[in-house]
Amino acid sequence: MQTENYLIRKPSLEKLFNDLIGGGKTIYAPKAKGDLALFSDVKTYSDITEDYIVTANSAKLVVFPRTEKLFSYHKSKEKTEITDAAGSTFPDVVLWGTRPCDAAAFIPLTDTFNGDYKDIIFNNRRERVFLISFSCSRSDEYCFCTSVNSGPGNTSGSDILFTKLSGGDYLAEVITPKGQLLVSENSDLFETKSEEDKEQQLAVVATRFNQVEIQAKLQNLFENPVWDDKSRACLGCGSCAYVCPVCSCFDIQDEAHGNKGTRLRCWDSCGFGLFTLHTSGHNPRETQGARWRQRILHKFLYVPNKSKIAGCVGCGRCSRSCPADINILDTLTSL
Amino acid sequence: MTEFEPKIIAFVCNWCTYAGADLTGTSRIKYAQNVKIIRFPCTGRIDFMLLLKSFGEGADGIIVSGCHPNDCHYTSGNFHARRRWIMFRGLLDMLGIDVRRIQYSWVSAAEGFKWADIVNSTVNTIRELGPYTEYEKVAGYLEKEANQ
Amino acid sequence: MSELIKKAAALLESKSVQVVIGYGKGTGNRTRTIFATQVTECENLIFDSRCVQNLAVYLTKLEIKKLGKPAIVAPVPVLRSILQLAVENQITESDLVILGITSESELIDFESFAAIETFLTTHKIEIEEKYTKTIDAIKAMPVAERFAYWVKELESCFKCYACRGACPLCYCTRCTVDDNQPQWISVASHPLGNLEWHIMRAMHLAGRCTDCEACYNACPMGIPIHLLTKSMLQDVADNFGSYGPSLDKQNTLSSFKPDDKESFIR
Repeated sequence: MQTENYLIRKPSLEKLFNDLIGGGKTIYAPKAKGDLALFSDVKTYSDITEDYIVTANSAKLVVFPRTEKLFSYHKSKEKTEITDAAGSTFPDVVLWGTRPCDAAAFIPLTDTFNGDYKDIIFNNRRERVFLISFSCSRSDEYCFCTSVNSGPGNTSGSDILFTKLSGGDYLAEVITPKGQLLVSENSDLFETKSEEDKEQQLAVVATRFNQVEIQAKLQNLFENPVWDDKSRACLGCGSCAYVCPVCSCFDIQDEAHGNKGTRLRCWDSCGFGLFTLHTSGHNPRETQGARWRQRILHKFLYVPNKSKIAGCVGCGRCSRSCPADINILDTLTSL
Repeated sequence: MTEFEPKIIAFVCNWCTYAGADLTGTSRIKYAQNVKIIRFPCTGRIDFMLLLKSFGEGADGIIVSGCHPNDCHYTSGNFHARRRWIMFRGLLDMLGIDVRRIQYSWVSAAEGFKWADIVNSTVNTIRELGPYTEYEKVAGYLEKEANQ
Repeated sequence: MSELIKKAAALLESKSVQVVIGYGKGTGNRTRTIFATQVTECENLIFDSRCVQNLAVYLTKLEIKKLGKPAIVAPVPVLRSILQLAVENQITESDLVILGITSESELIDFESFAAIETFLTTHKIEIEEKYTKTIDAIKAMPVAERFAYWVKELESCFKCYACRGACPLCYCTRCTVDDNQPQWISVASHPLGNLEWHIMRAMHLAGRCTDCEACYNACPMGIPIHLLTKSMLQDVADNFGSYGPSLDKQNTLSSFKPDDKESFIR
């Protein structure tokens, strides 16, 4: 559908929030914790912070939680009962305050879970998520959304995108039919078409590299000293993957308690040595250099080869959270 | 509603407390039936993670018991254990895990009466404290919530 | 600073070491670890108050060991970790060259681990008042409230193990939490799994932790896990005298005294 523009007054935002809560929605929004902002289950409008470039954790947790129950079983003398988690009722979630990069990340993430196998649980969750994004008026040295086909005012992935205008009110761009439905249900809050110039309000994010060129270069860079050089300080933790809004690798764990138990899908990271360790003891990715290469190649070569878009949205979370200050831009711009 | 019956796990060493508990039985001393005894070679072998597992699996209380100081079959296992329990207890206390739910004791092979007394008094303490619902809530998270 | 650079360059020049592990400029105002293998790279070495990452963590990493013998820039927290690694027989004196450095950027030579220990007697681990106050406040809460406080704090943990990765003393090649046959503690990240992980991590550092705060600095979710290890340091001091590594003393939990005192064993 074509994007439709509206104006929403600042006080109406709170009213919209309260209406959504009143309508039984679960709202995840940025909440301050020390110097950080974290997407958290928020019940009160005043708990939301506006002081963040991006949150420390990513919004993927609402569709791909860190621990997801796949099924549970209960054994008795007569039979074994299995309850498939795909049949559970998933919550209606509103993601409030996602950035355009966060929203854009839902596209490659949804692709991953809809390859040969269509993941029922993921899709059930995804269908129930409504994205209310806010454009970026600030950026920092870690941001590079404009280099990966996104930008501080990009609409892809969002249902509605708010952009704060100089007067303090918001331009509302309604992108999807779902968004349109919300506007019509709350028509008293949305005023007709705004002629405001959105571009002036947006942060300037310089283009740092050309994604197509990077993809071409990576074809022939499997054996290259850059991987060891740039990952030397890597501590082998999974923080880059866990804060990444696109990373979707998982591990299956069973938790058994007597005659009952659950099978769980848990986040995993290519940064861990155990990720590729074989039963024999052989590890095809023996060093952090090989693991760092996998991370870059996956996002900038394998994913774009398969689905045309990069497996990265340029939010910069991985670099911000890295305890050893390994910066993904550093690697990409040095290729 | 039936009265709350505490579920208690006892981790005991083979050489002293287990033999002591045996003596309680052969001496026909009656004591509370709430305890499931798990025998170990030595208190030095009792990993703190086993205690966590007990709470995780629904225990309301735990008893850890072995040889008196200087009586260890392996000379120093209980001395090591004692240091570990001092540190572990401090950490649990910091975390708000109720340390009253874990009873440590030295019970020798000759102390059948003492074993009965330890069990009875622990059962009474736990009965007063009630079921460990705070921990159960955390442990039973996956079953109760539809999903996270 | 030029002295540090000169010294590092000389070490590489004379082939006394193959790599210098030190601090360099990072993203924005951050610093990051650099691994200088060429004399010219020593130019990039810096040292100031922003250099807080504990470099001792790299002494036991496979990838760094492969580079050859290291010289390591060592402010006080790194010296403490080096000494603790020595106590645990993870490094020997001939394994490395220590470029000791004070907070005023003065270089100090350490010919032996014993020299580090002597130096550290005047730089004892002290838990800052702001932390002792927080710990006291937590301990003053009723037990159920304290438990709720920690469950809430640990809620945002997603088990990326940055705390483990950044800790110089978490050098095991295979961590207990990664074992699933048997599964000692819940591998998954949920309230129980998170609680068990942080208990395990703290217990395995009991009497070993040198209070460098690397775990807290590494946590992407800002969880105050250093309060647990700090609280345990206090417990070590209260129950067994002083804390901090010492070459002629074994770790708190690897040793004992027949007359260790406690008040809770019946």
